[in-house]
Amino acid sequence: MRSITIGESTFSCQPDETVLETLLRENMQVPNGCRQGLCQACMMRSLDNPPPVSAQAGLKDTLQKQNYFLACVCHPEQDMTVALPNRQGASIEAVVVKKQLLTPDIVHLVLEYQTRFNFFAGQFVNLKRPDGLTRSYSIANIPHDENTLEFHIRRLPNGQFSSWVYDELELGAQLTLSEAQGSCHYLPGRAEQPLMLVGTGSGLAPLYGIIADALAQEHSGPIHLFHGSRDLNGLYFIDEMRELAEQFDNFHYTPCLSGEDIESDHIRGRAHDIALSSTETLNGWRVFLCGHPEMVNQTKKMAFMKGASMADIYTDAFHVLQGNK
Amino acid sequence: MSDSQETTSSQTLYEKLGGEAAVDAAVDIFYRKVLADYRINRFFDNSDMEKQAAKQKAFLTMAFGGPNNYSGQDMRNAHAHLVKMGLNASHFDAVMEHLGATLTELNVPAELIAQAAAIAESTRNDVLGK
Repeated sequence: MRSITIGESTFSCQPDETVLETLLRENMQVPNGCRQGLCQACMMRSLDNPPPVSAQAGLKDTLQKQNYFLACVCHPEQDMTVALPNRQGASIEAVVVKKQLLTPDIVHLVLEYQTRFNFFAGQFVNLKRPDGLTRSYSIANIPHDENTLEFHIRRLPNGQFSSWVYDELELGAQLTLSEAQGSCHYLPGRAEQPLMLVGTGSGLAPLYGIIADALAQEHSGPIHLFHGSRDLNGLYFIDEMRELAEQFDNFHYTPCLSGEDIESDHIRGRAHDIALSSTETLNGWRVFLCGHPEMVNQTKKMAFMKGASMADIYTDAFHVLQGNK
Repeated sequence: MSDSQETTSSQTLYEKLGGEAAVDAAVDIFYRKVLADYRINRFFDNSDMEKQAAKQKAFLTMAFGGPNNYSGQDMRNAHAHLVKMGLNASHFDAVMEHLGATLTELNVPAELIAQAAAIAESTRNDVLGK
C-alpha cells in the first residue's frame, strides 16, 4: 500500500483509490470538481518524485515539468509527498545586495540566497518583510552561480510594500522568500518555434528572464519582444535590450509608447496592438504575456483567435491588491 | 492503414476518430469557432480560458464516444446557470454546427461526423434543462 504525505500528516492510499479519494476520506480539505481529470480544480504538486504521467494529462507543459498533477486521476505508483498549489510553505532567507533605480518608478532589487533554491526565470516568489507584509514579484534572471535573484519593482501610489522597498529597504537587510511559483516560463524543445513576448511596465521582468533563458538554451527561432508603457518612465532597459538585439540575430525588440503628447522616437501605440498586427498569423507560435491584467487577458484571447494554440500561450497577470496596497 | 481498418470494424467511434490526439487537434479549432460566433460567445466568455478549453475538451471527448463519466444530471447541473442566461435550442444548434464544421475541417469522413453529432445531440434536453 502506498502512503501519501501532505504537510504533517501521512495517510495510506487503499488499492484502487486515487490521491483525491484518500485525502477526502481522511477529511482533508482539497478543492475538487469533475473527478475525471478535466476541470483541474484538484491540481496538486508532488514534492519528491515525478507523479504518474497519466495524472498530468491536459496540464500545461510548464506545470507538468514542475511535477503538478491531478489528484482525482492519480493512482500512486510509489509513496508520494504532495502539497496543494501555493501552500508548500518553504521559506528561504535572502539578503539585499543591490538596489538601483531603473526609472523614477521602477527599482532594480537584487537578493542573494544561501540555501538551495530552484526556479525558472519568469516565475514569481512572495517576498515577505520582517513584519509579515508580503507581495509577489517576478524573477528577472536565470539561475546562475552567484545565487542571486533580480526583481523589477514598480512603485505604486500608496503601495505599502513597494514604497517601503523604495524608501526604507537597505543593503544587507533580510527578506524571506517563498518557493518559486507560476507556469509562465520557458521550456527547451521546439527550439525553432517563433516566440512573441508582450509586456507592460514591470511586466518586462519575467519576460527579460524568459528571453535570457531561451537564448541561453539556444533557442533558434525568432524572438520578438514588445515592451509597452504609457510614458517614458515605464520603459526601461532600452539600451540593454538593444544591445541584446545586436548580439543575437534572432532577437527583435520593439519599445512602444501608448501615451499622447510625448516627444520620443519610439513606436506609438499599445504594445499588444502593435505585436498582434506585426504578423499575419500566430499559428505555431509560442506567446508570453506579462503585466497589466486587462492587457494579458485581452491579448490572450486575441492571440488564440489569431491561431496560437491554447497550450502555447503563457501568461502572468500582475494583479494589484485593491484597497490594501 | 486501410488494411487495418478492414479488420477492425469492431473499433469504437473514439478509436476510429483517433482518440485523445484527435480531441487535442479538434479542441483549439472548435473553441475558436465558438468564441468567434457572436450568437453564442457570451455563454463561453470565461476569464479563465484554460478551464474553458478543458470543458470543451470534455465535451468533444464525449461527442467522439470517448471515456467520460458525465450523467444526464451532471449535464443539467453544469448548464443550469446558462439556461438562466437564456440558453435555448438555437444556441445548441449553433454549437452543433461548429462541431460538424470542426470535424469537416479535420477531414473526418461524413459517416463518422454523423455518429459524433448523434452523440452530442443526445445531450440536448439535459443541456437545455428540458
